[in-house]
Amino acid sequence: MSEKAADTEVWTSNGYELVVGLEVHVELLTRTKLFSGSPNHFGDDPNTNIDPVSLGLPGALPVLNRQAVELAMRLGLALNCTIQRSTFARKNYFYPDMPKAYQISQYDEPISVDGWLDLPSGFRVGIERGHLEEDTGKSTHMGGAGGRIHGSDYSLIDFNRAGVPLVEIVSRPDIRTPEQAKAYVSELRAILIAVGASDAKMEEGSMRVDANVSVRLPGAELGTRCEVKNVNSIRSVGRAIEYEAQRQVGMLEAGESIRQETRHWDENDGRTHTLRSKEDADDYRYFQEPDLVVVDPDVGWIETVRSSLPVLPAARRQLLAELTGQTTDAEAVLVVTERGQDEYVLSVAQAGGDAARALVHVKEAFAEQGDDPSIPAADLAKLTSLEIDGALTATQAKQVLAEIVAGNGGDAAAIAASKGFEAMDDSELQSMIDGAISAQADAWAKFCAGDGKAMGALVGAVMKASRGQADGKAVTAILNERRQNT
Amino acid sequence: MADHKTGDQIPAAATDISWEVRNGVTRAADVLEKYLGEIERRDDDVHAFNLVLTDESRARAAEIDDAVAMGRNLGALAGVPVALKDNMCTRGIPTTCSSKILDGWKPPYDATIVTKLAEAGAVIIGKTNLDEFAMGSSTENSAFGATHNPHDLTRVPGGSSGGSAAAVAAGFAPVSLGSDTGGSIRQPAALCGVVGVKPTYGAVSRLGLVAFASSLDQIGPMANSVSDAALLLEAVSSHDPMDSTSIEQGPLEISQQLDWGVAGLRVGRITDLPEGASPDVNERLEVAFDNLRAAGAEIVDVEVPAFTYGLTAYYLIAPAEASSNLARYDGVRFGLRKDAPDTNAMYMATRTEGFGDEVKRRIMLGTYALSAGYYDAYYGRALKVRRRIAADFAKAYEKADILLTPASPTVAFKMGDKTTDPMSMYLCDTYTIPSNLTGDPGMSVPFGTGDSGLPVGVQVLAPALKEDVMFRTAAELERSMS
Repeated sequence: MSEKAADTEVWTSNGYELVVGLEVHVELLTRTKLFSGSPNHFGDDPNTNIDPVSLGLPGALPVLNRQAVELAMRLGLALNCTIQRSTFARKNYFYPDMPKAYQISQYDEPISVDGWLDLPSGFRVGIERGHLEEDTGKSTHMGGAGGRIHGSDYSLIDFNRAGVPLVEIVSRPDIRTPEQAKAYVSELRAILIAVGASDAKMEEGSMRVDANVSVRLPGAELGTRCEVKNVNSIRSVGRAIEYEAQRQVGMLEAGESIRQETRHWDENDGRTHTLRSKEDADDYRYFQEPDLVVVDPDVGWIETVRSSLPVLPAARRQLLAELTGQTTDAEAVLVVTERGQDEYVLSVAQAGGDAARALVHVKEAFAEQGDDPSIPAADLAKLTSLEIDGALTATQAKQVLAEIVAGNGGDAAAIAASKGFEAMDDSELQSMIDGAISAQADAWAKFCAGDGKAMGALVGAVMKASRGQADGKAVTAILNERRQNT
Repeated sequence: MADHKTGDQIPAAATDISWEVRNGVTRAADVLEKYLGEIERRDDDVHAFNLVLTDESRARAAEIDDAVAMGRNLGALAGVPVALKDNMCTRGIPTTCSSKILDGWKPPYDATIVTKLAEAGAVIIGKTNLDEFAMGSSTENSAFGATHNPHDLTRVPGGSSGGSAAAVAAGFAPVSLGSDTGGSIRQPAALCGVVGVKPTYGAVSRLGLVAFASSLDQIGPMANSVSDAALLLEAVSSHDPMDSTSIEQGPLEISQQLDWGVAGLRVGRITDLPEGASPDVNERLEVAFDNLRAAGAEIVDVEVPAFTYGLTAYYLIAPAEASSNLARYDGVRFGLRKDAPDTNAMYMATRTEGFGDEVKRRIMLGTYALSAGYYDAYYGRALKVRRRIAADFAKAYEKADILLTPASPTVAFKMGDKTTDPMSMYLCDTYTIPSNLTGDPGMSVPFGTGDSGLPVGVQVLAPALKEDVMFRTAAELERSMS
C-alpha cells in the first residue's frame, strides 16, 4: 500500500495528459477564532460572533489560538508532513469582507511541509504544505444579477466567519485523472474527520476545493495552469476538472495558447468561466506579521500530538480488506469505513461471525446506523453463521436482517423459524425447477440454445413457486448443470 | 476630608499628588480643577488637546475622593490627572488619531494602558493632539490644527506626541502618555523641556494603541521630572497576554533606584554619531558628559557605525508597516465613508478625503517598498540594516552601560519651517530612530536651554530592559542641573 502503485486509469485526450494539483481550504473545529475569543460557530445570526479583532478595529491585536495550532499539527502529521518552525505573514488586498484589508496567513514558513496522502487505490499524492490562515467574512450581494458584487444594489457583510481558522492543504501536481482528484478529496475529508480537525462539510463551506488544472503531451514540461474555483462537491471536482481539461485540449488543438487565469466553475451550465487573468492579479505585498511571534512547536509537543492520533482511514480499510478478503478500494470497504462501521464488522467476526457476509450486510442494511450500530454484533454473527451453514439463503438472510435491524437486535434462528424459513432440501428444489422448465418451455429452449437472458424467466418461475424462499444461486447452478447434461 | 485647596497649595509632582490624595491631605477633585483651570485659561492658544474630558474626569475624581473617604487602598497614581495621546483607545470616547478618517468613531474597548491607569487610580483628563496617525515631528500634520510650543507659541512642540508634551509643559496635566515609533515621545519632550521615555519594545502593552508601525510603536510616559516619569511607567508597564509582542515579565522597577547615582557607570560617547546637531545642542551634550563624569561616571568612546543608516532603514520599514496597518480605513465598517458608485471608487473617495498628505506619502512609500520586484531592494534590505544596527549597538554596550546623544538636532523650530520639505522634517528623528529599530529603551531629559532660550534635551540610551540604569543616569543629569 505504501509504495506508489500503478493507477490503471490514465486520462488522455488527443494525446494530452492531465496534470492536477489541489488546494483545499478546511475550517478547523476550534472553540474560538484563530486570533480572538469569539466563538467559531457556523449558522449563528449575522455579526453575533464578532469582536475588535474580527472586525479589524484600530488598536486590536491578534493572539494565536493554541487549539488551532494543535489541530493543524494533527492534520499535518496525519498527512505524513514534517512539523516545522513557522511564521505568519500579511497578505494585503482590499475587499469589503476582509476587515483589516490584509489576511494573516502563513506564507514562506508554513507549519506543515513535505507529506503525502495515499488514495485507496494505492496511488500516492504528494503534499507540498499545510498552512494556517484566517477566513474572511461573507458578503451577500443584494439586487442585480447572479449574486455577484458587480451590478448589485448593495452588499451585506457577515463577519461571523472572519477570523475562523483555516488550514490550506496544497498537493503536489501529482494527480492525473478526475477520479484520482475525487478520491483525493474524499480521502482527505475522511482524514479530517478522523483526526477531528474539521467537520469537512463541503455544502457548508467548511471544506473548499480549488483545482489547478493543466494539460501537456506526455513527457513535456508542465503546461500553463488555470485555477478552477467554486467546486462545492466531490462530484463537481470530477466534472469541473474534466470540463477544464477538455477545454484546454480544445484550445491547444485549435492552435491557441492557454492563458494563466482563475476560472469559476458553474454547476448549472457545467462549464468554467474566466474570473480574472493573471495580469489582473493583486500584488499581495507579503511581509512578516509584526503583531505575532514565531510558532516553533517543540519535539515534545509534536510527539504528544502524534501519539494521540487515531488509526487513520487507510489503515482501517487495510484491516477490513484483509479480514473480508476484499481489495482496499472495494466499494463495500470504502463505504463501511467511511461510515465508521469497520470496527463493528471486526467485532462481528470476533463474535464468531463471517466477516465477508457481515461486510455485505452492514453496507446494505446499516446506512442509517452511524458509527456505533445499535444491533448487538453477536446477533449479526449468528445470522452470517446460518448463511454459511446453508441454513439460510442470501435472500432469506436479508429478510431476517431487516427484522433484526427493525428490532434493534434479535435471534436470527428464531426469526427465521417464525418466518417459516427452513433450508429447502434439494429434492424440493429440483421438483420446483422441473415445474418451471415445463411451464416455461420456450425459455428453456432458448436457454439451452445459449441465450443466457432466458435464464431470468426460469429463475423467476422457481422463485414464484417457492414464494421467494429458494436460493437464487443454487437455482442458477442447477439450471446450468442441467443444460450441460442435456 | 481635607480642606479645599487651590493653585500652589496643590503639589506639582505626580508622586506628591498621589501621596497626598491617598492620605486624604488633598482632594483629587481639587487637583483636577487646578489642571482644568489651566486648560481653560491657555489651551485655546496651545491647542494641546483634541478633547478635554471635563465631565468624565470630574466624575472620576469624585469617585477617587469617595474611595479615599471610605478608606480604600488606592494605586500609585491616585488622583493624578493624565493626558492621553489621542491614538490610544478609550471605550465610548472618540479616538481620532487627529485624522478625519476616524470621524465619529468611538472604540468599544479600552487600551490596556487605560485599564492599568484606572487600576492605579489615575484620572484621564483628555486626549491630546498628534501628527495624524503619529506621522510627523511637529504636530502640524493634524486634521484639527497644529499644537503650539508653550515656551514660544510661534514654534512647534515637536511630534508626533506634541500634544502630550505641550500639555505637561503648559501645566495642563502633571504627566501624560505618548507613543514613540521613531522618536515621537523623545523629540517633543526635548522641544518642550519635559522628560520623555520610549521604554523597551514589549514593556508596555500595545493593545489599544492605534498602530502606525507595529514593530516599532511603543507607549511611554512624559512628565516634568524623572521620578514622575518613572512612577507612570511603572504603573503602565506589565506583561499583557493580549499583546503577543509583550515581554513576559512583571512591571518595571525603577523608582527605588533613582538616587543610586552613576559612580562607576560607563557612559559611552558615540564617536561616529551622524552630524547635524546644532552647536547649542552639542554644547549642552558636552556639559552632560562633564556632569556625569563629575558624579563619578567613566566616559568611554564607542562606535556604532550603522547608526547613520537608521533613518533610511526606518523610512522604509515604518511606511511599509503603515501601508498595511492603515489599509483598514476603507470606509466599510467605521469612521468616514464617502459614497461612490462602486466599492473601489468608495475606497478611493474615502481615503482621498480622510487622510492628510503626510499619511498618503507614507502609504505610497510603504506600498512601493513592499511591491513585487522591489521588496528585496527596499524592505528586505532595510530589515538587514536593522539587524546590523542592533548588532552594532550590542557591541557598543559591551563597552558602555549607557550612551548619551542629543535627543533632537535643534531646539524647537518655527511653525511652517519644515512643512514643505519632508526630508528636513524626517531628519529631526536622526538620533531617536535607532532605539526603535533595536527595541532598546531611550529617554530625553531636559538639560538647560540653547538658542533663543529654548529647552534642549539630552538623550540617554540603554540596552533592552535596563530602564533602571537609564533612569538613574537621567536622575543624575536632572540633579546636576538643580
